[in-house]
Amino acid sequence: MSKLGKFFIAIIVILVLLWTLFPFYWMFITSIKSNADTYNININPFLTKNFTLEHYKYLLEKTKFLTWYKNSIIVTIIATTITIIVSLCAGYSLSRLKFRGASFWGLLIFVSYLIPPTLLFIPLSQVVSFLKVSNSIWALVITYPTFLVPFATWLLMSYFSTIPFELEESAFIDGASRIQTLVKVILPISLPAIVTVSLFSFVLSWGEMIYALVFTPSTLSKTLVVGLRTELIRGDIYYWGPLMAAALMSAIPVIIIFSFFTDLYVSGLTKGSVKY
Amino acid sequence: MQFENCTMVKLKKERNMFKNTEEKTAYLFLLPAILIIVFLIGYPFFYSIYLSVTNTSVGKTGSLIGFQNYIRLFKNAIFRQVLFNSFVFTIGAVSLKLILGMSVALLMQKIKIFSKFIRGVFMLPWVVPPALSALVWWWMYVPNLSVLNWIITRIGLEKIPWLSDKTTAMIAIIIVHTWIGVPFFAISILSGLISVDSSLYEAADIEGARGYQKFLYIALPLIKPIVAIVLLFSTLMTISEFNIIYIITGGNPMYGTHLLATLAYKEGISTGNISRGAAISLFLFPVLFIASYLQLRVVRKSVGRR
Repeated sequence: MSKLGKFFIAIIVILVLLWTLFPFYWMFITSIKSNADTYNININPFLTKNFTLEHYKYLLEKTKFLTWYKNSIIVTIIATTITIIVSLCAGYSLSRLKFRGASFWGLLIFVSYLIPPTLLFIPLSQVVSFLKVSNSIWALVITYPTFLVPFATWLLMSYFSTIPFELEESAFIDGASRIQTLVKVILPISLPAIVTVSLFSFVLSWGEMIYALVFTPSTLSKTLVVGLRTELIRGDIYYWGPLMAAALMSAIPVIIIFSFFTDLYVSGLTKGSVKY
Repeated sequence: MQFENCTMVKLKKERNMFKNTEEKTAYLFLLPAILIIVFLIGYPFFYSIYLSVTNTSVGKTGSLIGFQNYIRLFKNAIFRQVLFNSFVFTIGAVSLKLILGMSVALLMQKIKIFSKFIRGVFMLPWVVPPALSALVWWWMYVPNLSVLNWIITRIGLEKIPWLSDKTTAMIAIIIVHTWIGVPFFAISILSGLISVDSSLYEAADIEGARGYQKFLYIALPLIKPIVAIVLLFSTLMTISEFNIIYIITGGNPMYGTHLLATLAYKEGISTGNISRGAAISLFLFPVLFIASYLQLRVVRKSVGRR
């Protein structure tokens, strides 16, 4: 490639990086600026001389931020665990066992994978109140698998079908049961797929908004994304500092996980666990 | 040889033995997933169809009223505006994501140094929960303190009334949705570009093909199936968008950015008119139906070997 071409590409890469990273930088800089700086439109907004942690302090002391954080963690972990167990069994059954109705259930899982939560939240809110779990994080633990299990099963299914049957057969000959082969033969080989599915479940549950907004309206049962939008914004306009601090702290777990497992993410994405 | 024969016989026997219990085991393993699909996806789906033909509201069990909810919706100017908004938003956002995603994919293919790191950074908007990115975009658009306007006025252009004008508010949410969605397009398309056999390019080089010709006649036909799947899925996810609108505009100004999901939330949950809300969100169904039909056709073709 010519020198000019390389230079041209470098410029475009920098522009795309700016476009990608600017909102995160803006989040960060707002969270550490004093209010006086944030609301003064005459000074350069991209830097600050008055570094402060007051917004973080406000968040931890004056709001229910930590409660929402705890709720998000609990919901995410339980929903992810349920999803993994249910989809492992379903994926194994659909890809390795022969039975009448296999293709029907496979099809149904694929179709339910396409149904967006925005189509189901109204009737599900009735189901949730029928089950007497409205306004508690259990409402979310129960409903999150509805958008997690279909994609997780689909992904595990396609992974399982790449594992040679001979591996299982030799285990059967040694007298292992179905459960034993699943746990001792299939699981260890499928670890990358299981990690990928867990990552996606984690990220999707962590950021889910519409179910959390509808099913858990009381302050103490909210998750992070809902608490931030509905509780941190008050009548006065001086909420941007704490709000950006909260957004940054909520995004960090996801960013950390992502930076450790970028490759698994990409492979999972291209295998059909899609979000946007 | 003899040993091998012996194992084969044993294997056959084992297989037959398993066949009898296999079906039972299969359903036992599938049961939890079936329960979730039937009770938490299937039942609510049909229940929402039932709700939409009743006049149920919060605290009041409704009675059947036929298609009146749908008829009233069609007569309602606000609802027609929302259908129009959904159309504009979906077409605008999906085509932008496709064009930019394709460009970023081609760009990533060209990057030779720090490529892994840069790819990781490019993907961030897609990884961070949309509800959190929407908060910072809202802050970037907010009247009087918009940092985007700060930049724009320093370049010497007019301030843009991001959220107070119907058209610019629609553009504003399309920009946010595109910012979030481009990495998904880019990575999916990139995975297709990488899998193109490099000998094809070499052959084209020998023939003296130009860069754009190689893209147009070699890469594009080969990545078409991936682009098709991504487009279908993305259309579905775009038309059912909720988070960005709820956070940034709340459907304002003057219903100018309301989409089906946010209007369904407003009517069904905030106002409490459950059956009306259900009817509104069911307007997503035709899109869902067409998209899943088309996707199944593509997927069937590629997983047909099962």
